Amino acid sequence: MSLFDKFLPIVKIRSELQELGVMPFGAVTEKILSATEAIVNGHKVILAGTNNYLGLTFDPECIAAAKRAVEEQGTGTTGSRMANGTFTEHVKLEQELAAYFDRKHSIVFSTGYAATMGMGSTLAGPGDVIVLDADSHASIYDGVRLGGADIIRFRHNDAADLAKRLRRLGERVENTLIIVEGIYSMLGDQAPLADIAAVKRKYGGTLLVDEAHSLGMLGEHGRGVAEAAGVEDDVDFVVGTFSKSLGATGGYCVSNHPELEAIRFAIRAYIFTASPSPSVIASTRVALRLMQERPQLRTRLWENAHRLYDGLQQLGFAVSPEVSPVVAVTIRERDQAVSWWNELMQRGAYVNLVMPPASPTTDSLLRCSVSAAHSHEQIDRIIDAFASLQRPAAAGSQ
Amino acid sequence: MPDYNEFLTRIFEILKPFAKQGIILNEDSELVTELGLTSLQVMELIEQIEDHFDMSIPLNILPDIRTIHDLALQLEKLTD
Repeated sequence: MSLFDKFLPIVKIRSELQELGVMPFGAVTEKILSATEAIVNGHKVILAGTNNYLGLTFDPECIAAAKRAVEEQGTGTTGSRMANGTFTEHVKLEQELAAYFDRKHSIVFSTGYAATMGMGSTLAGPGDVIVLDADSHASIYDGVRLGGADIIRFRHNDAADLAKRLRRLGERVENTLIIVEGIYSMLGDQAPLADIAAVKRKYGGTLLVDEAHSLGMLGEHGRGVAEAAGVEDDVDFVVGTFSKSLGATGGYCVSNHPELEAIRFAIRAYIFTASPSPSVIASTRVALRLMQERPQLRTRLWENAHRLYDGLQQLGFAVSPEVSPVVAVTIRERDQAVSWWNELMQRGAYVNLVMPPASPTTDSLLRCSVSAAHSHEQIDRIIDAFASLQRPAAAGSQ
Repeated sequence: MPDYNEFLTRIFEILKPFAKQGIILNEDSELVTELGLTSLQVMELIEQIEDHFDMSIPLNILPDIRTIHDLALQLEKLTD
């Protein structure tokens, strides 16, 4: 058995896809034209799978701030937040995030992955317990495995199952971290956070919510599912990313626990990596402000979400369980999903192809994400691209 | 508290549909390589055991499990 034998399943899938003449993973964006259009693998496409929910990547104010930061502060910090990598602007962004979330403490990370992985691996260690939603993101699973706590899954979005797990823990619940997401990235379904918070109030534990896909979408101020559900006080830690609604890269954690300031210096994903570049911090700060100044972006995002969801549902596709800016079409056969992904590209729509084990079930997904920057006409063109797919006679969806 | 044999009996019951024709499940049956369980099916097996015995099984035990015997043994340890 060679060192590389474990990669044979990946080699096999790649060669099967190559035989089909399709390489959906690692598609190359040859020219990005706007927040919603690009030339990808030689096709001019509408971008319907980029998580650019508020469409701020080409906002003139964000770009101007990033340009200015590069000119004034250089291209990178070349160091850790704990060494030379904390600039005044990193601190200001932390203050602005804390103010926005109405929390006392905040940490800025270099990526969203580092934020969730870092918090998951640091908050709970050997002897502690983590109870997490079964459909949690890979960054959460990676983090909790590193930490060494006992890891217990509860059934996806099932607050009653969570209650059962916490009850069984008895006194150990005091040392238990509960982890859920606001909106789940693959199907776009929301956590029943009011129910989860009620379970936490009854049994105890510390609650961390990853709002990566819900920041800027839900709640009066766009703070996410916790705000929309009215349970922010029950959430101990909120983590998230700058790489979706805020159009950059980086991540954050906010909390009212004063211990966060000490925890910061225990998070290896924070310490042993270079801090975000000045241009990233600059554009993120502007995007965070614009997100608050322009609630109409949120309105527009949901209009587009409903438009795409309704359109695909009317065509008979098996869409996500609820309307959200993530609209996923479930397809039982992998080869059918690959073939449709390819057809969509040729018809001018870029979406994400998701295959097991990245999808939450044994099915594959054509995962779309809409943006506030999409015009209604662009959404209709995405729907038209789906409408023109070659479908089996009996049914186009499963 | 359930013991090794009780866990074993329950695991055999749950895994019955996975026994290929002519093959009798035994303690040495390998979950993935022999019975062909996918990672999703392993998790479903774990959930069914959890429901039946009203217990939570930490994912941390999974790397030590290859056979039905390994699983029953780890479960018994959890209830110690």
